[in-house]
Amino acid sequence: MPAGREDLINDLAGLALFADLSRPQLEAVVHILEDEYFAEGQRILRQGFSGSNLYIILSGEAAVFVNGTQRATLGRGEFFGEISALLGEAPAADVAALHPLRCLVMPAADVESFLLTYPKVAFRMLQAEARRVRSANLWR
Amino acid sequence: MALTLAPAKQQTQPHPPGEYPAVIVGAGAGGLQMSYFLHRLGVRHAVISEDSNPGGMFRKFPVYQRLNTWSKPYPPVEPTSRHYAWFDWNSLLADERTHLALVPEFMNDGSYFPTRLEMERGLETFAERAAVRVRYGCRWESTRRTESGFVLGTSDGEYRCRIAIFAIGMAEPWKPEIPGIDQVPHYAEALPSRQYARKRVLILGKRTSAFEMADALLAYTPQIILISPRPPLLAIHTHSTAGVRARYLLPYEDHVLGGGVFMLDAATERIEHTGTGFRVSASGTTRPGTFTFAVDAVVAATGWTTPLRDLRDLGLATFSQDRIPALTPYWESTTVPGIFFAGATSTGSVGLRKYGVPGNSGGVSGFRHNARVLAAYLARTYFDISVPRPLVRPGDVVGYLLSEASSAAELWNQRSYLARVLSVSEEAGILDEGIQPLAAFVDSAGPDAVAVVLETDAQGDHHPAVYVRRDGRVSEHALSGDPLLDFQSPDHRAQLTSILKDGLGLI
Repeated sequence: MPAGREDLINDLAGLALFADLSRPQLEAVVHILEDEYFAEGQRILRQGFSGSNLYIILSGEAAVFVNGTQRATLGRGEFFGEISALLGEAPAADVAALHPLRCLVMPAADVESFLLTYPKVAFRMLQAEARRVRSANLWR
Repeated sequence: MALTLAPAKQQTQPHPPGEYPAVIVGAGAGGLQMSYFLHRLGVRHAVISEDSNPGGMFRKFPVYQRLNTWSKPYPPVEPTSRHYAWFDWNSLLADERTHLALVPEFMNDGSYFPTRLEMERGLETFAERAAVRVRYGCRWESTRRTESGFVLGTSDGEYRCRIAIFAIGMAEPWKPEIPGIDQVPHYAEALPSRQYARKRVLILGKRTSAFEMADALLAYTPQIILISPRPPLLAIHTHSTAGVRARYLLPYEDHVLGGGVFMLDAATERIEHTGTGFRVSASGTTRPGTFTFAVDAVVAATGWTTPLRDLRDLGLATFSQDRIPALTPYWESTTVPGIFFAGATSTGSVGLRKYGVPGNSGGVSGFRHNARVLAAYLARTYFDISVPRPLVRPGDVVGYLLSEASSAAELWNQRSYLARVLSVSEEAGILDEGIQPLAAFVDSAGPDAVAVVLETDAQGDHHPAVYVRRDGRVSEHALSGDPLLDFQSPDHRAQLTSILKDGLGLI
């Protein structure tokens, strides 16, 4: 379903990443981050390509592929591209839409200032990364 | 619907209702350019417009009459050069000398930014000289799907077509849902500058139209407040036309120096009419706080949307807060095959957005190139019309690609978005596949090939990037930049030669 501005703000309010932001701050985030739509099968992040962005999933499902092999799926509230954005490196995986996908997009160059402006979002992102590391360790 | 045309209109207007392979809706810069290129390729089509003349949004906007896109009066290359378009972002493209550089033809006041009227005259002259035939006064009203395509209901009757191309612009005023906002005009209804003399004006928004208006009001108003939830996005920082161009930055400097312009990051909560003026309440975003402003006038420079009418009912997916259709790399709806978009709405095909730089399809400078690419794609894909693919000699490949990266307007106007593509095969040799969307090249299967684009990294360094497709896999290779943006040095030749040799076994 198409999402208008109010829908987007409400959508954001329901994501763990933005749970600590006030309503005016959520409005600012909707202005800063553009929402984008990806059709089923469309590639979003490209392994080995420079200059990629950070994506936060609003709805739909994405798959992570490393050298063509599917390794994980991502859904609403999850994000990808953050490692490239934080380290300034090309992504080590492809990410493509498994089903129609709606994301918020942030250019990598804006990530630092965004997280410093909204430290609560940075903390929530760290928590999510910690869970990923924990899951990875459990499977070793 | 039965024809209700007056007999005179039927006789004088081209493209009466009926069946056409393709129908273009709109006669602004996007519709004119699309029709021109389809005609050149021999694709029969109708063009309809609800307006009475060509020009689209430029018949009304920008409100304060001066564009922010250059047409340099003394370009370093001849208008007939294929690299000329980089120096003239406003004129449409053509193959005939007489149809080129038409906007500067009307510019005579020394500025390299044309006025709205000069732009409008340039477009009218293009339509006239290129003989782009448009059925004016014909309003597209409805759309429905059939087994073989679409039926467009219009004020003049029904048009049946295999594909429909909507060049309908993004110039429908849009306002967010803020209590009281219906009491204030949109930028599109703003008054001449002088009528704001001695008034305190609050402008909602900090994008181009907000800055354009503030710039126009600087000499007249004691106080201008620009308010929106986020800080302004400036082209000099984003390295792209997605930000506000420097031409409109005087209000920003005035704000920095404390001269009476105020820019605040705040979310507007309500607007109240107070009899003689307005009271505007807002909450801080970047810095917390509450604000109440008493002003004489409020204008909503809050942006634009696409007049999609009933296309959403066909299942058309949209994004950007439901304002832009989601498109494939060849500007086709991702959810309604056969519906294409040209002109400013072609911005719905986002591209790779490398380093945050989006395609430049929202402006004439970018979408005029898209039209040429789309026309060739439609001719090939839908109408079985072959588009020439000239043979390139192996010894010319490196020099050709570097020349394109240095000078091709397609690559400079559409950085990381449009690419020059050469395919390579033992049977056919090296073929010039023309200009293609980079997203189509890197994300679809195809023969071994090389694509060159111009990219701008996070530091603002412009450099060529080369994409090599071998056995279905695409690799990316960035070449060095150059302080004077000439990428044809021996060093660049050596870099590209090595990439092509290793990647494609060329040379």
